[in-house]
Amino acid sequence: MERPVLTSKKLNAYFGSVHAVKNVNIEISANNILAIMGPSGCGKTTFLRCINRLHELTPGATSNGKILLHDKNIYDMHPVFARLKIGMVFQRPNPFPNLNIFDNVIAGYKLNGLKLNKVNKERIVEDSLTKAALWKEVKDSLHKKGTFLSGGQQQRLCIARAIAMEPEVLLLDEPTSALDPVSTASIEELLHELKKNLTIIVVTHNMQQAARISDRTAFFYMGALIEYDNTKNIFTSPKDTRTQNYITGRFS
Amino acid sequence: METGVKKIKKAKLPNRQIRMEVVFRHSLISAGLVVVILVLGIMLSLIWYSIPSMKALGFTFIWGKTWDPVRDIYGAYPFLLGTLLTSFLALLISIPFSFAIAFYLGEYKPRSWLSGFLKNTVELIAAVPSVIYGFWGLIVLVPIVQKIEMKTGILPYGTGIFTASLILAIMIIPFAASLGKEMIRLVPASLKEGAYSLGATRYEVILNVIWPYSKPGLFAGVLLSLGRALGETMAVTMVIGNTSMVPKNIFSPGNTMASVIANEFTEADHTLYLSALIELGLVLFLVTIVINLAGKRIIKRFTNI
Ligand SMILES: Nc1ncnc2c1ncn2[C@@H]1O[C@H](COP(=O)(O)OP(=O)(O)O)[C@@H](O)[C@H]1O
Ligand SMILES: [Mg+2]
Repeated sequence: MERPVLTSKKLNAYFGSVHAVKNVNIEISANNILAIMGPSGCGKTTFLRCINRLHELTPGATSNGKILLHDKNIYDMHPVFARLKIGMVFQRPNPFPNLNIFDNVIAGYKLNGLKLNKVNKERIVEDSLTKAALWKEVKDSLHKKGTFLSGGQQQRLCIARAIAMEPEVLLLDEPTSALDPVSTASIEELLHELKKNLTIIVVTHNMQQAARISDRTAFFYMGALIEYDNTKNIFTSPKDTRTQNYITGRFS
Repeated sequence: METGVKKIKKAKLPNRQIRMEVVFRHSLISAGLVVVILVLGIMLSLIWYSIPSMKALGFTFIWGKTWDPVRDIYGAYPFLLGTLLTSFLALLISIPFSFAIAFYLGEYKPRSWLSGFLKNTVELIAAVPSVIYGFWGLIVLVPIVQKIEMKTGILPYGTGIFTASLILAIMIIPFAASLGKEMIRLVPASLKEGAYSLGATRYEVILNVIWPYSKPGLFAGVLLSLGRALGETMAVTMVIGNTSMVPKNIFSPGNTMASVIANEFTEADHTLYLSALIELGLVLFLVTIVINLAGKRIIKRFTNI
């Protein structure tokens, strides 16, 4: 197997004394989609937030272990670099309400004080929105506030905003749980396109979604990684009884 | 067996219970009405007692530069100017402090021993009686300002507009700071995290996400402190120098509308003098109300989003 893009080694995460992620080891190869599933409160979000070092922003939150991007530990980097290389899309779409669509897409550049000339700006905006399958819908209303868009469009705007920074890894935390089925389908299709240039980790509550879109699936239970395998194997022949129970809907 | 609720439903409500309910409702309404009538009454009496002065002086009351009770000339311009100067200078001096405190308590370190300490101290500033500030100003600030004035070759009064502004600035910090802190806390965590996940630093998040979002709220806090500064009486009266001359610069002694009223009310020995002072009070009353309403409106619009 080729060298993994992202490796988590003995990763533990805590909220004060609550042990939310327990000793997780996982390797993710390039241009794959990894789906993380598991019951509510099993640590999926926390694990994701460790990967781009958002976890440590919560007061009282700590973590230990390693997350290697190629072979560099992101915990040895400045968090800003880690977050520039590892983008994130959240459960609820969160475009910046004071910015229009155009500025939302290049918000990362503005925030980091990176100057762009007009041509580059326009190229990045069009590219990112095209990749996020939103360009056709918004190309005539780029000056409108992003918050006027529908939920599904806002979520794609947030994806555009993340990929505008050209991350190597994109994290998505239940990106479709607040969306209708049509928007959900368009985002699933989009992830399939995006993985050509990216490595994607998507947390999902929806097993059909995991089965449809992912190459590999990880099952979390009570903070621990229980099983990790090709998606097909997880859904057809899970090894752990807890995975079996989850997949057959015996708990959720 | 019947439950308690069923029993109550079946039984007729006893008359006593209904009577109590009516009495209770009426006392609530009357208490509220009393307050409303009182405020309206204050305004009406201010207008009523200002009438002699309005009739005699008309608009020269506002723009007249001379205030000389002996000759029965009443021009409020020096005090209008004094009020505006002290209030705006105080705002200018206090804003950096109150915003810094608001950002520190609202976003930077909402929970730490230093924040707790800072929060209590700021609240204490608002609780200290204003005569204490005036007293402290006289003993400590006035000599310091005098030294500065001597060094810069200005008449070393010590008391004056500038000294009053310094005292005022301290006194109004809590208003903008605590409201600002609340408004900064209203910024959704999802927006801040969105910015962090794009690689923004803490400073960049504050500047680009929190500041634009909470700007109207911070501004409303400034308006409320302005309302407070305009009307502050005791401390200002003690350190402003109390002269009816038009202030030449910010180090000149002067008077604000509130300090003139406090100083001269007991000496007002004839109708027009008294009426002119009351008209000053009316002007102050209206200005403060407008400033306060504007502040409240902004806060309301802001918190309704
Ligand atoms: N901000 C927080 N403070 C304290 N505990 C938290 C916080 N966020 C999550 N937790 C706890 O951490 C555990 C994992 O939560 P989370 O990662 O959000 O689960 P999931 O995303 O799988 O539903 C849960 O037990 C939850 O109660
Ligand atoms: Mg979650």
